[in-house]
Amino acid sequence: MEMPAPNPAILARKADLVEKLQSIMPRDAVIHEPAETRAYECDGLTAYKCPPLAVVLPASTQEVSDALRICHEMGVPVVPRGSGTSLAGGALPTEDSVILGVARLNDVLETDYDNRFIRVQTGRTNLSVTGAVEEDGFFYAPDPSSQLACAIAGNIAMNSGGAHCLKYGVTTNNLMGVTMVLMDGTVTEIGGAFLDAEGLDILGLLCGSEGQLGVVTEATLRILHKPEGARPVLMGFNSSEVAGQCVSDIIKAGVLPVAIEFMDRPCIRATEDFAGAGYPDCEALLIVEVEGSDAEIDEQLETIMEIARGHDPVELRQSESEEESKRIWLGRKSAFGAMGQINDYMCLDGTIPVSQLPYVLRRTEELSKDFGLDVANVFHAGDGNMHPLILFDANKPGDLETCEALGAEILKLCVEVGGCLTGEHGVGIEKRDLMLHQYDPADLEIQMAVKDVFDPKWLLNPAKVFPLASSDARRIAAE
Amino acid sequence: MKTLAPASEAELAEIVAKTSEPLRVIGGGTRPIGVPVNAQPLTTSGLSGVELYEPGALTLVVKAGTPVAEVERTLAAEGQRLAFEPMDHRGLLATTGEPTIGGVFAANVSGPRRIQCGAARDFLLGVRFVDGQGQVIRNGGRVMKNVTGYDIVKLMAGSYGTLGVLTELSLKVLPKSHATGTVLIEGLADAQAVRALSRALASPYEVTGAAHLQRGADGTPVTMVRIEGFENSVAYRAGELKKILSAFGEVKIETDPERTSAEWRSVRDVEVFHGRDGDIWRLSVKPSDAPVIVSRLNGAEAVYDWGGGLVWLLVPQSSNATEIRAAVAKTGGHATLIRGNRAAGVFQPLAPAVAALHDGLRARFDPRGILNPGLMGRAA
Ligand SMILES: Cc1cc2nc3c(=O)[nH]c(=O)nc-3n(C[C@H](O)[C@H](O)[C@H](O)COP(=O)(O)OP(=O)(O)OC[C@H]3O[C@@H](n4cnc5c(N)ncnc54)[C@H](O)[C@@H]3O)c2cc1C
Repeated sequence: MEMPAPNPAILARKADLVEKLQSIMPRDAVIHEPAETRAYECDGLTAYKCPPLAVVLPASTQEVSDALRICHEMGVPVVPRGSGTSLAGGALPTEDSVILGVARLNDVLETDYDNRFIRVQTGRTNLSVTGAVEEDGFFYAPDPSSQLACAIAGNIAMNSGGAHCLKYGVTTNNLMGVTMVLMDGTVTEIGGAFLDAEGLDILGLLCGSEGQLGVVTEATLRILHKPEGARPVLMGFNSSEVAGQCVSDIIKAGVLPVAIEFMDRPCIRATEDFAGAGYPDCEALLIVEVEGSDAEIDEQLETIMEIARGHDPVELRQSESEEESKRIWLGRKSAFGAMGQINDYMCLDGTIPVSQLPYVLRRTEELSKDFGLDVANVFHAGDGNMHPLILFDANKPGDLETCEALGAEILKLCVEVGGCLTGEHGVGIEKRDLMLHQYDPADLEIQMAVKDVFDPKWLLNPAKVFPLASSDARRIAAE
Repeated sequence: MKTLAPASEAELAEIVAKTSEPLRVIGGGTRPIGVPVNAQPLTTSGLSGVELYEPGALTLVVKAGTPVAEVERTLAAEGQRLAFEPMDHRGLLATTGEPTIGGVFAANVSGPRRIQCGAARDFLLGVRFVDGQGQVIRNGGRVMKNVTGYDIVKLMAGSYGTLGVLTELSLKVLPKSHATGTVLIEGLADAQAVRALSRALASPYEVTGAAHLQRGADGTPVTMVRIEGFENSVAYRAGELKKILSAFGEVKIETDPERTSAEWRSVRDVEVFHGRDGDIWRLSVKPSDAPVIVSRLNGAEAVYDWGGGLVWLLVPQSSNATEIRAAVAKTGGHATLIRGNRAAGVFQPLAPAVAALHDGLRARFDPRGILNPGLMGRAA
């Protein structure tokens, strides 16, 4: 993956830049020694690394604004960073950029149960938002598997989802307001503790804009009361196609589970060794979860299990206890980790229409054979968000390249059947060069024109999302 | 002026590319919201029809000029619906015509269920539109989860045709619920009512509607909470809500399908204000602020939806807009003049930095300023 060459004029002004940054925030909030900036050289896409020129860790919106203003005046690119768990290289720096990390902005500013919202600083982790309201029976719904580590800042920038977003939606559906600092240091407030923010839907635009439009420092998030209870059912099938058909039938039947998760055999085996969730050894596994009171759960699961029985399952088992439910989810949530223990892998994230599941799974298997690399599947089946994991050996010359080529083919397949390149991980650098498979040049042009409005000099996370050749003119004009 | 009525997206694109006149974009013409635009009318009525419907994937692709009624019929045949429950503005605004699905999204129109499942914009998966230079642009797609590039889809929802003319929409649809129940309390004052609604919404019982009418059918105030789902589940949750809400007054439960559906249609379309004189405002505020704001405004009558977060106000004609906006600005939120003298401004004025972003976006999507010029203009 190519990155633009660093601008020597910026590298030459490092001392000046550091001094200016140190004048507006505590010295320990400006990191510039090469030994220390190394900690920020990559995000969750660890195949690509590059230490930044410097790192700033502001502790207030004002410090964010001051730091951005300085970088803006000096023409220095800025890469916003939450917890650095992006799987797309969204937080990958360049040598001539400043990383602006929001990790020190992690306070809860307001909780309001009557009006059902929480206002937080965005460096706060996803799970600790729920943590702040949990004792009172509430939760924040979007639940990426990385929720222990990832920050609300990154969730907004990537419009992250999770297993339960089939029912509760992704970040954009749960965000009510933000404080956002533009690249020139201007502080803006959009929305708040009310629904449907004023004017054009800037909030909607911001979600998923990958840190290219502004730095979000505070967020008003919708919180909900926890359901009375939840219970998963495990279903094992002898073929992925049958499992796919079962998903479609469940959705059509009018029950709306909170989650429908899918795993294939390689994933089942790896997670079973890792988490001991009691998964059956079969071709395809579904975890379907419903919520409500015990009686309501019984009623919904009855309908769902009736449908499953029609598909000849090799296993059909309701969780019998809180304990068992936890184990079932632990298996799913640790799937990536489990695969990581046995292999290097690349995690894809395309979305497809649910009706195309069987075909896409079959084609993926064929492609996997053609390229000679194994592919394991674990994904959110209810909304068609696939996560094929391509297994490779990072130490074997050429393997990463083969893996990337196979990945590109699978993503193109997703687009071909009416889907998209990425459902929740974002484009970053990883899918940047595939964008023209999904969009025509005019479609990308209007997206880049949006960035022109928010960041006319193209200094915020400039080398992401758009193919470098498409954004070249703008980035170079900015220099 | 003769209304332009292109029969295809390509024809529409050509009209926009070649015109030297500003255009007033019309769907069904039933929602005259925004500062009135004096320009060449252009209707999307020629772009009509369902392109793709996959009930098993909960997705519908439809042309923008398709009547809402046709969309709803198509979905109903498969036991599905537009879950965000778009309001019909005809009664309130005394308009005629056939509402189109494009108009629903251009104005981001949602109903009572918005409180639980989201607004129109939350159900919009993809768009095709013609921008101000006559280019056809595509964004999003027809899948539930999509973060490929910027979400221009959301930006188009609620942009009132000022950024582009919508031609095709992909929507997420949901199954209809089997049964509905309404939990009712009569006689509550506004502040008490909003408190009751908050209690219901802060419960685990998945309330899908939470409204308060200062004057119900027989003139007394009525506070209403809706639950939907399988029959037993509705009965159970209605019972639990009754226990919670008994502290506020005598609680009744209504489960008759016709009566519950009439009740919520009445909230959705703000039927209490139909045929009444005066200006109508729509406020989006923090629910607990709503009764305070209403009490500060002389002669205002209110209908509360979304647990109090959405307030429909009926005020004497030509009431002081500044006073209403100031009341909202003080607590946070926004006020839109839905019916009244719209020439003086309709939407809540924006902070300068945000207004600059709006102007910048408009200049990029419609550099010649020919699409509904001034409609979302800043209030004087
Ligand atoms: C094991 C694992 C499992 C995962 N599971 C999921 C999952 O289930 N669902 C899912 O959606 N994702 C998942 N992810 C991906 C990742 O966790 C999400 O994208 C997450 O939202 C990133 O958050 P972060 O705080 O780590 O952001 P970072 O990685 O630090 O940054 C991500 C992007 O956000 C931008 N950004 C950061 N802070 C700001 C800010 N303050 N203002 C503006 N832009 C900013 C960055 O520039 C970058 O483009 C997973 C990742 C891992 C490693």
